Amino acid sequence: MGDPLIATDEASARDAIGWAVSEKTPIEIMGGGTKRALGRPIQVARGLSLAGLSGIEDYEPSELVMTAWAGTSLAEIEATLAANGQRLAFEPPDYRALLGGAADGATIGAVFSCNLAGPRRTAAGAARDHLLGIRGVNGRGEIFKAGGRVVKNVTGFDLCKLVAGSFGTLAALTQVTFRVFPIPEAEATVLVIGLLEQDAVAVMIEGAQSPHEVSGAAHLPAGIAALSGVSAVGGAGRAVTALRVEGPAPSVVHRVAALRRCFAPLGEIEVLEAEGSQAFWREVRDVTPFAGDSRLVWRLAVPPAGGAAVVAEVGRRIEAEAILDRGGGCVWLATAQKAEEAAGAVRDAAATVGGSATLIRAPEAVRSHADVFPPLAAGLRDLTARVKRAFDPLGLLNPGRMYAGL
Amino acid sequence: MPRVVIPVRCVKTDMRMPVPDTPTIARRQQIVGALRRIVPDGVIADEAAMRPYECDGLAVYRQIPLVVVLPSTVEQVSAILRYCNANNVKIVPRGAGTSLSGGALPLADAVTIGLGRFNRILEIDWDNRCVVAQPGVTNLAITNAVQHRGFYYAPDPSSQIACSIGGNVAENAGGVHCLKYGLTTNNVLGLQIVLPDGEVVRVGGRHQPEGEGYDLMGLLTGSEGLLGIVTEVTVRILRKPETVRAMLMGFASNEAAGDAVAAIIGAGVVPAGLEMMDRLAIHAAEEFVHAGYPLDVEALLIAELDGPQAEVDYLVERVAAIAARCGAACVRVSASEDERLRFWAGRKAAFPAVGRISPDYLCMDGTIPRRRLAEVLARIRALSEKHGLRVANVFHAGDGNLHPLILFDANRPGELERAEEFGADILRLCVEVGGVLTGEHGVGVEKRDLMPVMFDEVDLEQQQRVKCAFDAGGLLNPGKVFPTLHNCAEMGRLRVSGGQLPFPDLPRF
Repeated sequence: MGDPLIATDEASARDAIGWAVSEKTPIEIMGGGTKRALGRPIQVARGLSLAGLSGIEDYEPSELVMTAWAGTSLAEIEATLAANGQRLAFEPPDYRALLGGAADGATIGAVFSCNLAGPRRTAAGAARDHLLGIRGVNGRGEIFKAGGRVVKNVTGFDLCKLVAGSFGTLAALTQVTFRVFPIPEAEATVLVIGLLEQDAVAVMIEGAQSPHEVSGAAHLPAGIAALSGVSAVGGAGRAVTALRVEGPAPSVVHRVAALRRCFAPLGEIEVLEAEGSQAFWREVRDVTPFAGDSRLVWRLAVPPAGGAAVVAEVGRRIEAEAILDRGGGCVWLATAQKAEEAAGAVRDAAATVGGSATLIRAPEAVRSHADVFPPLAAGLRDLTARVKRAFDPLGLLNPGRMYAGL
Repeated sequence: MPRVVIPVRCVKTDMRMPVPDTPTIARRQQIVGALRRIVPDGVIADEAAMRPYECDGLAVYRQIPLVVVLPSTVEQVSAILRYCNANNVKIVPRGAGTSLSGGALPLADAVTIGLGRFNRILEIDWDNRCVVAQPGVTNLAITNAVQHRGFYYAPDPSSQIACSIGGNVAENAGGVHCLKYGLTTNNVLGLQIVLPDGEVVRVGGRHQPEGEGYDLMGLLTGSEGLLGIVTEVTVRILRKPETVRAMLMGFASNEAAGDAVAAIIGAGVVPAGLEMMDRLAIHAAEEFVHAGYPLDVEALLIAELDGPQAEVDYLVERVAAIAARCGAACVRVSASEDERLRFWAGRKAAFPAVGRISPDYLCMDGTIPRRRLAEVLARIRALSEKHGLRVANVFHAGDGNLHPLILFDANRPGELERAEEFGADILRLCVEVGGVLTGEHGVGVEKRDLMPVMFDEVDLEQQQRVKCAFDAGGLLNPGKVFPTLHNCAEMGRLRVSGGQLPFPDLPRF
């Protein structure tokens, strides 16, 4: 690929795509490049970097809304929010260690384009739930906007939802407006030690059904818990099931005590306070236990009660290591590098409970040939192609990133 | 009970709708016959019997449909859409007909498809905390079905005893609790949809979808019946909070109340609901339901705090302290569930209460950035004087969603038109200060012609190209949302200047 075109403002992003339209030249849309290894590889001659289209445009903390140019680094946004006691509630993950490659941080445009969220998704939603408004350039080289700058808005089609998670195949985002939330006064994590997977899922369901507003629920089997840098987890020597609560300090104290009472009969209980809790959930969020090896990594989205069954089903066919996040609704699997065999086992298992599987980490050669995203049902494939053409009639923006030929 | 009552008695006929297609109307008998073959016991073709379908909650606009069909199976919906698609017949989908923006307004040359027979809850999945329901199930029926085990469905539009979950999806309905718990779009997990060509597709499921293609579920939610017909909805249910308490806070000025709203949110408190009423609304509500509201204040805030008891007690104190700092004339905290419901009774009855003091009213629905609240209220007062009509303000202050109620008498010539002009001025003002035309009621026909205030031609064409991806023939709910209907083929055309650089300054890359 030649040197990427570099957009420094919205007009230059439009000019670049306008040039691609006139040349009928496909183009790869890039932010910080931290997620280039996520999705199918793109074979194009030119890239367009939006990393220079940067800066926070509007932020009034009492509005709980921020507007930023797409190339603004996630780090800058999180630091600005933190200085005002706020954060992105959907807990955007950092997959640099998991995926390898880029040293620079992610951009906010890419966070929304890839619709990534962390363990708090169950309680707070995904990136798509927080995106209120966009500006971007479509595949016709036109600047358009959608949504607005207020929390409650039903004016016109919600194109923000379409663009979130479209991996740059519909538009090059130039500006995003999104919800932000106060950082709770306190957080703590209740650990139940030594549970089997199916018992852990039962505990996580009970936590979610309780009135204690659990904002994170994950299960790490013994071998994976041992890798944790948080001593109470790494040193447990057994499987660890974790339930997080956040809120005003007296509320956290009350709920930790309630959860402890509830689950003490099932196993030894430990409690992680403040930094320990934060460090633990960062590891879960970034899938740190699977960083640094070369296995395939899959993310399964399943009905939470089916989490343990899916892991068992995969285990009957291939060797796999599993982390259960989001109360069982998100299963991270590391499998050996026999892609075809693994894909069959993993996708079949997800399908048994009505869920889906995405191949998050694999060598480029594998991602070029295998499906990365869950294959679309027949009726949705044609519709998806028509939606793509509605934004990008010539198929110029990140062609093939999500599906071959699209 | 909370219920939206629109006491408008007048009928307007000048809303610019697509010109009815005479050949379609001419083959009405043939269309009725075809629909009867698909749904033998569910076709209404008699004019008197179609009368209840002539309008929705925006009763100023009325039109008898070409014919009404009431399918009860997905196969029937699919067959109807296939027939209409093949025979170039327009369709207007309808849930419970409570839309406040005319989303279900019939067309003279279109089949109205009523989903009322889809009225069953199909499954309650406790472990996965979701309910699978047919689209005609009412919003409140979902909560009623799960509350015995301590669960509820969060979005609670004020029409919740009547409005359907399918209509909630079509309109992306909100309510008083969306500040903390989100709109419909944040609470839907899965949909079954019949596309305009009759194809039946499923998106989402009982899980939080990840990487499953474009977010068609998010797009369909709030698409106002222009993209497909929802035949099954899976929503997430939440555990009821341990404790709920409400607070009443009176202020001597709208400015002080607006400051208090910003200060509460700015302090990191996210109440389950944060509502504001102005003097006229307070008095109308108090006279109607005797909620015990203070009558010597200009603005009243109602805050609801929910969660574990320890948390609610703590937050009530913090909010009370903030209100005092902002100069609250009175602060009361509910001491019992009865008292909490009484605090809400006035707010929930505010619309019918205003209906008692005026022959007619129009309910507007713009959203503004919270920080502009006091300024916008002052300008609405000025507009009220300019148009010579009274206005009562009731709104979801927590998320900046205004519901100004414009009072008028349709029996006085010209007053309805003046009320509509006043309403349009308010919505333009919302957009001017950085807000939007509609927070939760939808565009429908009501705000359709104001869309260019918020979106330019490119923005609107991008939305309409998405419409074309679903409905190239433009048969589903035409005349709603978009002020100008474009031909899909025309909009799809791309002018490419082939080979030459259209941007001479390209070297800057």
